[in-house]
Amino acid sequence: MRTHSSTDARRRQAGRRHPLASIALITIGLLSTGGAYALLTTTASADAPAASQASISEGQKIFASNCATCHGMSASGTADGPSLYGVGAASVDFQMGTGRMPLAYQGPQGEQKPPQFTQEQIDAVAMYIASLAPGPGIPDQKWLNGDGNIAKGGEVFRINCAMCHNVAGAGGALTEGKFAPSLSGVEARHVYEAMVTGPQNMPVFNDTNLTPQDKADIISFLKFQQDNASPGGVDLGSLGPVSEGLFIWIFGLGAVIGVTIWITARPN
Amino acid sequence: MTTVQDSTKTPSATPSKGSRFTGAVANYLDERTSISGITKELGRKIFPDHWSFMLGEVALYSFIAILLSGTFLTFFFEPTMTQVHYDGSYVPLKGIEMSAAYASSLDISFDIRGGLLMRQVHHWAALLFVAAIGLHMLRVFFNGSFRKPRELNWVIGFTLFILAMAEGFTGYSLPDDLLSGNGLRIIDGMLKGVPLAGTWISYLFFGGEFPGEVIVPRLYSLHILLLPAILVAALGLHLLLMVINKHTQYAAAGRTNENVVGVPIMPNFAAKAGGFFFVVFGVIVLIASFFTINPIWNYGPYDPSPISAGTQPDWYIGFLDGALRLVPPGLEFVLWGHTWSFNILLPMIVIGIFIVLVIIYPFIEAWITGDKREHHITERPRNAPTRTAIGAAGVTFYAVLWAAAGSDIIATHFHLTIEAVTHTLQALLILGPIIAYFVAKRICLALQKKDREIALHGYESGRMIRLPGGQYEEVHRELNDYERWRLVDYIDYKPLMVRPDARGRISPMQRVRAVFSRWFFEDRISPATRAELESGEGHH
Repeated sequence: MRTHSSTDARRRQAGRRHPLASIALITIGLLSTGGAYALLTTTASADAPAASQASISEGQKIFASNCATCHGMSASGTADGPSLYGVGAASVDFQMGTGRMPLAYQGPQGEQKPPQFTQEQIDAVAMYIASLAPGPGIPDQKWLNGDGNIAKGGEVFRINCAMCHNVAGAGGALTEGKFAPSLSGVEARHVYEAMVTGPQNMPVFNDTNLTPQDKADIISFLKFQQDNASPGGVDLGSLGPVSEGLFIWIFGLGAVIGVTIWITARPN
Repeated sequence: MTTVQDSTKTPSATPSKGSRFTGAVANYLDERTSISGITKELGRKIFPDHWSFMLGEVALYSFIAILLSGTFLTFFFEPTMTQVHYDGSYVPLKGIEMSAAYASSLDISFDIRGGLLMRQVHHWAALLFVAAIGLHMLRVFFNGSFRKPRELNWVIGFTLFILAMAEGFTGYSLPDDLLSGNGLRIIDGMLKGVPLAGTWISYLFFGGEFPGEVIVPRLYSLHILLLPAILVAALGLHLLLMVINKHTQYAAAGRTNENVVGVPIMPNFAAKAGGFFFVVFGVIVLIASFFTINPIWNYGPYDPSPISAGTQPDWYIGFLDGALRLVPPGLEFVLWGHTWSFNILLPMIVIGIFIVLVIIYPFIEAWITGDKREHHITERPRNAPTRTAIGAAGVTFYAVLWAAAGSDIIATHFHLTIEAVTHTLQALLILGPIIAYFVAKRICLALQKKDREIALHGYESGRMIRLPGGQYEEVHRELNDYERWRLVDYIDYKPLMVRPDARGRISPMQRVRAVFSRWFFEDRISPATRAELESGEGHH
């Protein structure tokens, strides 16, 4: 049963990375670009740093020596990694800026680790990828200041994000070893980029789905949660009743039993 | 050790002014209430001095903490689902539309002085209450303290456990935040899973389609009126029967089935217990002051569309949630125009059977052993290997279901896949109790063997001597009589022999009983007999 499902999964994975599929995807991407052109230019690419030819070729060099093994020399993808046409600068900045790329190993999903490149190098690769095909750009600083509507952000977060990331952003389990990571300590820019690019197993929340203002509100809500400790005291990881139950059994009942042993002990 | 006999002091010849006043007051009261009889009875009730006998008290004292903090909360909680816009001081919810119940819970947490502390005291005390009941029940079970004449008190105690869970669940549902609403949604699903009448029951319970607008006030009535009233009544009965039946005690020299050795309530035990009450209360308040419980402000108002990762019930409902998580897929089908949701019914049936078995266990065991005697001496778990093994299997079964309620947290925190966790727990649910049964039974028998060996030959002292003939031998330290008593004073049951009754027939029931009895008592280690002890003492 298990072997069957794992071969199934492999076939599915291989199918996703079939070269023809990538080409079909690019075709669809190109066709839809026309329609999406206005949107992309106004919201995403408008504020991207001016792409100089020098930094693009610098980025290409970094890409060729660090990323091309899986993504291919022309970033069109291989059996080991998806095509990067149209993923945009936001995707590169998120994946490399949080250390997820380059991958440490092929697993259920790329995990956060200390970034392997400087921000200049990451920017160069982002420019190179953005130069290949249009895609979501680096978000404008005005959405990232955390001065949005916290209450609205909380509501949007609970409806769209909490089912995987937990209401307090503590993270949660997904299927087959994948998981939604904890959001504490994640930079506002990376939160925004994750929403527009849908990294790993996360869905894309594009600007018609959640407007940039909604995203700014979510970021403000997360910032409030991070900056303000739980009013009730130690939050026990914000994991809900499981950690509360463990706590009362180990420390609550443990303390009380210690006392019972003490008061029934006979003097020596 | 204080015994009963010397607890009353002889009055001094010339009473002081204070004691004359006390005497007058006592006399005044006694002449009008005849209270001296009760005081004499109660004041001389004896409590054995083993720590495990205090667990029920922990439950009692945390219940008092719940009552006190709960009363405070009722002053400020508004049990209605009228929609309001929150205008309290918690910024991330300002202006959000929510029920008055949730808004008032937030007000208790943020705008009423001491409110958050009281909420946390109430909730932590509830967790401790049920945990202490659970441990208390395990103590009673593994000590065989449920045997005659205490079978009924076991049933009452278990009812208290169920009532405590019901109290907990209704309380968990009152704040009307996302977590409580999701819990109610599962209850709604369970109700709707009942064949034929499910949908009607759900509509009746919620006053229409879930979530409706009446569930919070209804649960509130249950939570603060009906359930506590039944709970207090059952608790009174539980304590009354405890006084009537007296405490059990561990076997030791001087302790028989006819006496109770320990500390009388007045004055020693009352002082200890009074202090202990404050210690338990103090522990609860200390935890409540420093550790968040149920941060309702994180969850937001209930709305049927969102849900949070890591949504779980409080620990004592966890085993039910775990059962739902472990049930294999594909058990729902349509037959005769009705949907049969065995994915919900199966866990409910299994848990129902489990609960009934636990309630009636004292009667099952009494029937198997055929023992009609009263038992006031606590059995050490090792001296009833089959019962201990059954208990271990039951605990394992419960623990697996319990762990399953946190399967997602286990998966993320130990970097496992949630499927692997679920499948492992599914296998453990069946295999775990079987393994636990045999392991526990073998450990009990091994400990009994060790006890018998020590009773007969004493402790190994580690001192080797060489006899004149060149033979080496270890000197064993003999036990004194008090130590030996503990090891040999237990009842040695033998499997029931099938014998024809007065009419010379063997009924099928007798045969079944004999089979069970053989299962129960076939593997056993008899305590060392007098003859063995006497001949054994000459050895070393």
